[in-house]
Amino acid sequence: MKAKHQRMTLVVLALIAIVAAGLIAAWALRSQANYFYLPEQMAAEPPSVGQAVRLGGMVAADSIKTAEDGITVNFMVTGNTEDAIPVTYSGILPDLFVEGSGVVAEGSLQSDGTFLATNLLAKHDENYVPRELEGLEGHNQSENYAETVAGLK
Amino acid sequence: MIAELGHAALWLATALAVLQMVAGGLGLRAGNEAIVALARPAAVVQAFLATLAFLLLLYAFAITDLSIKLVATNSHSMKPFIYKLTGTWGNHEGSMLLWVAVLALSGGLLAGLERRLPEKTMSATLSVQGFVALGFYTFLLISSNPFERLPLPAPEGSGLNPLLQDIGLAIHPPTLYIGYVGLSVAFSLCMGALITKQVTPDFAKVMRPWVLGAWVFLTFGITAGSYWAYYELGWGGWWFWDPVENASLMPWLAATALLHSVSVLAARDALRTWTIMLGVLAFSMSMLGTFLVRSGVITSVHAFAVDPERGSFILALLGLYIGGSLIIFAMRAGHIAEGKRFSATSREGALVFNNVMLSAILAIVLLGTLYPVFTEVFDVRVSVGPPYFNPAGAIFAIPMFVVMAVGPLLRWKDDKPQRIQFEMLLLAAIAITVIALVAFFGSYDILPLLGLAFAAALGVASLLPLRGRKLSRVPTATWGMVMAHFGVAVSLFGMASESAFTSEKLAAVSAGGQEEVAGWTIELQSVDPIAGPNWTAVEARIIATRADGDGVLLTPQARNFWAPSQATSESALLTTWDGQLYAVIGDQAGVDANGNPRWQLRVWWKPFVTFIWYGGLLIAFGGVLSIIGRLQVDLKRRSAAKRGKERRDDVEALGGNAAPEPAE
Repeated sequence: MKAKHQRMTLVVLALIAIVAAGLIAAWALRSQANYFYLPEQMAAEPPSVGQAVRLGGMVAADSIKTAEDGITVNFMVTGNTEDAIPVTYSGILPDLFVEGSGVVAEGSLQSDGTFLATNLLAKHDENYVPRELEGLEGHNQSENYAETVAGLK
Repeated sequence: MIAELGHAALWLATALAVLQMVAGGLGLRAGNEAIVALARPAAVVQAFLATLAFLLLLYAFAITDLSIKLVATNSHSMKPFIYKLTGTWGNHEGSMLLWVAVLALSGGLLAGLERRLPEKTMSATLSVQGFVALGFYTFLLISSNPFERLPLPAPEGSGLNPLLQDIGLAIHPPTLYIGYVGLSVAFSLCMGALITKQVTPDFAKVMRPWVLGAWVFLTFGITAGSYWAYYELGWGGWWFWDPVENASLMPWLAATALLHSVSVLAARDALRTWTIMLGVLAFSMSMLGTFLVRSGVITSVHAFAVDPERGSFILALLGLYIGGSLIIFAMRAGHIAEGKRFSATSREGALVFNNVMLSAILAIVLLGTLYPVFTEVFDVRVSVGPPYFNPAGAIFAIPMFVVMAVGPLLRWKDDKPQRIQFEMLLLAAIAITVIALVAFFGSYDILPLLGLAFAAALGVASLLPLRGRKLSRVPTATWGMVMAHFGVAVSLFGMASESAFTSEKLAAVSAGGQEEVAGWTIELQSVDPIAGPNWTAVEARIIATRADGDGVLLTPQARNFWAPSQATSESALLTTWDGQLYAVIGDQAGVDANGNPRWQLRVWWKPFVTFIWYGGLLIAFGGVLSIIGRLQVDLKRRSAAKRGKERRDDVEALGGNAAPEPAE
């Protein structure tokens, strides 16, 4: 094999690998589009039970209840419609986790319709807001919310 | 005065960068020797000026000069002194100044010390380096001037993000920056060699220490950052696939590929254009990392300021550097003569295969990191997390580990796989035994299981190149490779063990209460309020006892900082040889049956988790050994050449016609 041919083979092999990586990434990322849910989306088209997803929304007023064991917390997450998803979380709550604040819960939907969260992402200071929650808080919630859903349909 | 001096130093350095760029550029044509000779001194003086500017800013932070805007918005007079200093780069402008200072320093080092390359190549390299530096000076001076004054001095500063008030800030950013910037020197060298058509083994030998050095610092910086996030964020996680972490991982992947291919070029004169391409790629990735972190397109604790102007500026620089280098590459690549050939089953073949695998992993990480940024343009918010990165990365990591195990056993140029049949069978047997054993004793996910198997096989494989050799005669550089590869195995073992065997306990406990986790008894003694220099906290006193050993006191805290107002969780760690106990205290949670207050406690037992970072340190140490080894060989060769020359000169001085002494 001549040196020039060897270089061609190398380039072709590298291209194949990179294209393969690109295709795998594209295929895997498409399924990631179903990774983030708003409460109404979860109510309308629930993910399959046990699938790892994120649920983002607002913690409904008067809904945080701490269970008897002192570590399990139940609360409702709402979006802009009436739909509310009950969430169960066992663990230490993020510092700025209060009723009316935004939250992203990582976890999966259970067969009884509750969302079992393994991790809660909340704002942990003034400068850091989970990306999915930007604009979800405050009075301009509804218009931002409309924007957020626009592309998902 | 300090701020004005610093500002002036920056402007002067900028002017010198222009001089360096022009003078170096003129070096490509003959007849400008007087101006060309200025390129080296320009780079050296520039290094002094940029370092001076940085030291002046450091001083302003040390004395908390509140008339400087940057100090007022990011520091506080009551902050502990060490965090006043490290706070210098705990913000956008300061960290960019550190970046630029390191860039100028390495440019000065290159100009001052490197004499091996042909003059023309050196001029072109310095010119490119000046061009790169100029871009960053302009960015700093136009859109992020660190020395801007306030019209009226602020009465008090607004403080530093408490998450950054940690010794980690002293280590993690500077080491990463040195790594990023070292890649810029590699990039300039690549461009210089490409422009002057000097892509030779000698060029590779000049470039290798820079690539190795940058890679060592990147490795160390990533390791330090991972450990910092692990103990500071209080979630017990050590890698989050956060876009900013990916921004440091991508240059590392590219640099790892580059460092292996530059070795092939130096040793075997093969892979010429491939090495240049990787040099461009590695620097592009560190630029992209800077863009992602500094532009505010992604939100994280690293993105200090969201300012669209800065984002577009860095994006323009990125386009200019990458686009420019690709154009030069396209014009010159055809002129680079072919290197030496090799067969597929040779050490070069294995290195090329793993280069391609590393690039593929890089593509996976890159696409996963940029995808949310792209979808945002269409108003779709997407989170890309471990469910994507782990399996997609593993598709390419698995074949890479296989080849990494056998590659160093192969000979250069051409080899028969049958020759290392025994070793391959041995490694396969180890991997299969581990899988069978672990799967027999419990059910775990496929990736941690494979991780454990590969860790064991790789650990043995990394030592095999030493087999049958006299250890005292093994070159230092080879020890470096063995060490680094062994480090990968150690790190992989830590990661797999952490994700497979971690056990966790979460409970609300009142004083005197006990909990059990993985053979540890955790007793909460008391919870007390305490105060630090700029925070107050509740601190739990926990006694952790294993089997019949002595109890160890752990004191996790929930801190409240007042400037800026923020709560953080300080985890308490108990390190043993076989893992770490990780304890966090949460909120008060009601009262127990006797009316005593209960506190939320979360405790993890993470077997061998520390091996992740021991492995990282081993990898970096392997890189250091490799640099030392190369320098030793180089110095030996130089002094031998010098002695040979002296002897010839002596002979000449004796009359020149003295007959050589007859050999005995």
